[in-house]
Amino acid sequence: MNTVNRREFLRYLSAASALGALSYPLSALSKNTQANVVIVGGGFGGATCAKYLHKYNPNINVTLIEQNTKFVTCPFSNTVIAGINKLDYITQKYTQLNNKNSINVVHDRVTAVDTNSKLITTKSGKKLSYDRLVVSPGIDFVWDSIAGYDESLVTKMPHAWKAGKQTQLLRDQLVAMKNGGTVIIAPPGNPFRCPPGPYERASLIAEYLTKHKPKSKILILDAKDKFSKQPLFQNAWDELYPDMIEWTPGSQGGKVINVNAKKMTVTTEDDTYNGDVINLIPAQKAGNIAHVAGLVNDKGWCPVNQKTFASEKQKNVYVIGDACIAGKMPKSGYAANSQGKVCAMQIIADLDGRKPFEPSWINTCYSLVAKDYAISVAMVYRYSDKGIIGVKGAGGVSTVEADIKLRQLEAKYTTGWYHSITSDIFS
Amino acid sequence: MSKIHPISYLILFLILFFITTNLNASNEQRMLMLASPCAGCHGPDGISPGSIPSLSGKEPKYISMLMKAYKSDKQKASVMNRIAKGYTDEEIELISQAFKK
Repeated sequence: MNTVNRREFLRYLSAASALGALSYPLSALSKNTQANVVIVGGGFGGATCAKYLHKYNPNINVTLIEQNTKFVTCPFSNTVIAGINKLDYITQKYTQLNNKNSINVVHDRVTAVDTNSKLITTKSGKKLSYDRLVVSPGIDFVWDSIAGYDESLVTKMPHAWKAGKQTQLLRDQLVAMKNGGTVIIAPPGNPFRCPPGPYERASLIAEYLTKHKPKSKILILDAKDKFSKQPLFQNAWDELYPDMIEWTPGSQGGKVINVNAKKMTVTTEDDTYNGDVINLIPAQKAGNIAHVAGLVNDKGWCPVNQKTFASEKQKNVYVIGDACIAGKMPKSGYAANSQGKVCAMQIIADLDGRKPFEPSWINTCYSLVAKDYAISVAMVYRYSDKGIIGVKGAGGVSTVEADIKLRQLEAKYTTGWYHSITSDIFS
Repeated sequence: MSKIHPISYLILFLILFFITTNLNASNEQRMLMLASPCAGCHGPDGISPGSIPSLSGKEPKYISMLMKAYKSDKQKASVMNRIAKGYTDEEIELISQAFKK
């Protein structure tokens, strides 16, 4: 009869451990289940999700549907408005996703989603079936949120809150404005895309005006009473652009309730203001296709399981980026990028018949207050029974009492961030 | 009691094999989950095309040493002090493994 003594037993033990250790790369993240995943929207969320789905499970057939052949990023669009960069600088292409990352990029517009038969229809008449659908449509505007305002006025009072033609238009209007003119920026109430964005915009416009049209003024007529990185922005405004930027909070008559495009005026609860350039940023909701597909709640945003981004409204559909309700995460490009990766991993787990992975996210948002002066906010996020929350003791904004070297370093990293994240998504 | 039936060893061997495999798989998966958002600033696979330092090819020991120094504020950075505080030391060890060549 064969028996084994203790010494041999130990040898078996170590052999088992060694074999186990060697074998793990095969089954680490994915069982490489074959499936069709269709992604609607090729922005920071959708394009990231497409790339990482294929990276983590090459057996997934990934189709990315995006109506535009080029993507103009909202991040860094304020530098175009201020004349620091040209529109080309913030224009990204889909060619590498298509050629290098084996993603089937289709430039078309989704017109219908049938979640029962898992089929989507496009404007050109294509029908595509999916096993899992990711919807990452970004935002659309609530046009009737201000009296006297509608979509036809965007050429007169540009929002420039989707980058591209609107960005260039606002730039052109600033260039055409006289020295001594008034620029009105009217940010919406929460929630909206890029919470520090309007204040970064005011800052960079102020830098441009200080150099080229120093008698001009910027009025921020805000629907809100506080905003992202507020003390940092306001300190920097006092330091860099004294008396140029005037911020009126909502409770003190800041909220715009009426506009007159012919007279170029905006009216708040307290007063009527004349603007030479009026940047009206309307209230927002999830992008149109999320409404068409029945993914939104009564407030126009998409409720999801915050661990996986699976829609709470439709089966086999995931929503990521600005359109979804992601707990404490802001509606930012970085957040969408981080969500795109988590969503890709959770779809892979779902297809493999596994439990969802324990997620982890980061958001970092830099804001340029001047070309060589930046501030930031950062946070690490985890899932809890209250949804997505920031890790206690982590994150926060740049120190208020920092010397200029830190602001300069953060400005250098702002540009570095842009190059890194666009390369992470599009290369 | 030093003699045991051989079939028990085979069973033990298999159990251990699967436990180790799954532990390693779950650590590998956790490493990917924890480290993937780093690319937002440090570039895809930690290869930065711009002014932010690359992580690719850096020794795990070096990354974990720095991350812990940021976490305890022994070393000052811009955002990294705020980000490092979001991870346990064990998670930092996992993250540090993600960028070795």
